[in-house]
Amino acid sequence: MKKGYFGKYGGRFVPETLMPALMELEKAYLESKKDRDFQKELIHLQKTYIGRPTSLYFAKRLTEHLGGAKIYLKREDLAHTGAHKINNAIGQALLAKKIGKKRLIAETGAGQHGVATATGAALIGLDCDVYMGTDDMKRQALNVFRMRLLGARVIEVSIGSRTLKDAINEALRDWTTNVNTTHYVLGTVFGPHPFPSMVRDFQSVIGKEAKKQIMQAEKRLPDYLVACVGGGSNAMGLFHEFLGDNIKMIGVEAGGKGIDTGEHAARFAGGSVGVFQGCKTYLLQDDNGNVLGTHSVSAGLDYASIGPEHPFLRDLGKVQYTYATDDEALAAFELLSKTEGIIPALESAHAVAEAVKLAPKLSGDKLIIVNLSGRGDKDVQHVAAIKGISL
Amino acid sequence: MNRIERTFKELKSLNKKAFIPYIMAGDPSVERTKELVLVLEECGADIIELGVPFTDPLADGPTIQRAAERALKEGVTLKGVLALVKDLRTKTRVPLVLMTYYNPVFKYGEERFVKDAKDAGVEGVIIPDLPPDEAGELIKTAKKADLATIFLLAPTSTEDRIKKVATASRGFIYYVSMTGITGSQILLDGSIEKSINNIRRITDKPVAVGFGISTAEQARAISGISDGVIIGSAIVRKIQEAPEGLKDFILKLREAVR
Ligand SMILES: Cc1ncc(COP(=O)(O)O)c(C=O)c1O
Repeated sequence: MKKGYFGKYGGRFVPETLMPALMELEKAYLESKKDRDFQKELIHLQKTYIGRPTSLYFAKRLTEHLGGAKIYLKREDLAHTGAHKINNAIGQALLAKKIGKKRLIAETGAGQHGVATATGAALIGLDCDVYMGTDDMKRQALNVFRMRLLGARVIEVSIGSRTLKDAINEALRDWTTNVNTTHYVLGTVFGPHPFPSMVRDFQSVIGKEAKKQIMQAEKRLPDYLVACVGGGSNAMGLFHEFLGDNIKMIGVEAGGKGIDTGEHAARFAGGSVGVFQGCKTYLLQDDNGNVLGTHSVSAGLDYASIGPEHPFLRDLGKVQYTYATDDEALAAFELLSKTEGIIPALESAHAVAEAVKLAPKLSGDKLIIVNLSGRGDKDVQHVAAIKGISL
Repeated sequence: MNRIERTFKELKSLNKKAFIPYIMAGDPSVERTKELVLVLEECGADIIELGVPFTDPLADGPTIQRAAERALKEGVTLKGVLALVKDLRTKTRVPLVLMTYYNPVFKYGEERFVKDAKDAGVEGVIIPDLPPDEAGELIKTAKKADLATIFLLAPTSTEDRIKKVATASRGFIYYVSMTGITGSQILLDGSIEKSINNIRRITDKPVAVGFGISTAEQARAISGISDGVIIGSAIVRKIQEAPEGLKDFILKLREAVR
């Protein structure tokens, strides 16, 4: 396989200015994997700062309610700052320090990655600027304020579709300009090599823990893994450790208002292969190669493209991809809150929505692990507004 | 020999430098772009860059981003730009280079793109988000068709990168004046000259400089240390904000590049 590729997907499609920085980053990342001190520091922070391992929780009442397979939740919502994004942000912040960068930048959709990067910057003592689309700043206002409290500057992106993809464009422009002093903490398994592999490796702790935990709880591997897919980092983080096992894996994209309406972010259901923001992968685009607008009730899934390892795994038949609509995700958001006392992030609610469809079709001896990628505090205001309730 | 290569060769023998203006195709309309190309040629442009509008131009600053938005609103596509070039070829022989992002080319199909571009009369192509490392097929196909592949170098480029880019480039090498995006502020502090001298130690291909050049003074300074001067955002802004002064502005720039 060509370096930086997953089959025919991936690569490094960036302006020349960034090529040396990506090579430097690749080298530092490969070294860090073998660097004992680096790994020791990372593991120490995972344990004492992030609060790992996060628990694998048997959702008894949800399981009973659905009346089928047993549902376990991998509780990334319990990680520090409230989502899996911190696993990657801390790893990259440590790397940035190692290669001598003084400033971190990040893009964010839901605000969780922005909060995680701002947290990493505060922890290590680096400057931090976060790019965020105007529309996302509105629907994730709580996280905007959190980032500011953490000492980061939130830079509003009001061009294009004013969501995640435009924030990534702006972050890439900033990085191109300030590459000598700045590290770009990309928030998902996307972009130019080495980001897709590197972010996956930092997130793979999710699957490693889940495997041990399910073996302890059930003395066997699960039958299904389910995760939502924006760029695809929480899904890769859960799936990666299980790729050698014969397990069904399901990635859930944002179906928005339905595929027929065109207002969605289901790249596999509605897209085709393209080259976007640094890599070759699936993309929602028109016949002329221009990128289409997307819609999802969840800012973190509202994105026109998907990390390049996902189409690779799909082609291999290792992972299946489906979608949940806004309405299904909102119903799952409320269902999990009421049956388990856990308010999920709207992103994660897409994975829960798939479990709601899947579990009743399976017998009671089957096991499903759902990646609960984040908690829903950030979405409470937005959901209230959708329901017409003013807080 | 490609017409771009010939242009640089002729200029060199006359001890002159290339003046290379950039405009966005379809901004504000396809008809206006046709007129503008003829105006630029009449004012003495040696080569003209035509931008192909794209939804996500990540190497461009606000001026060219907005121009792309206007052109997209006009319904301009890569296919449309090729038709525009074909039409222009009945009126002018000035070398035309397309500056496009990679995805429109990928979606169009590389092979088909090279063929149709050549048939339309395009002389070269610049793709800012396609480094030579990812351009193996395109380089091969374009070479066969005698379409120049122009790659970019930047202040961050190491010796290895310079070698790679120089080998892959035909027509000229595009030196990006700064770490940054189009339309940023240029800094004339001697570092550009140093970088160009570094490049010249490795290759004798022509080196044109772009990004951030917005005044006749800057154009003059850059033409003194390179083989060509590329001016984009400043011209795009003029077309949008003060079109009545465009011709004077272009003539001043032309005069400065020598
Ligand atoms: C809680 C949560 N889950 C999932 C996602 C989607 O990202 P990814 O697909 O990379 O896990 C986000 C992104 O913002 C998020 O905040």
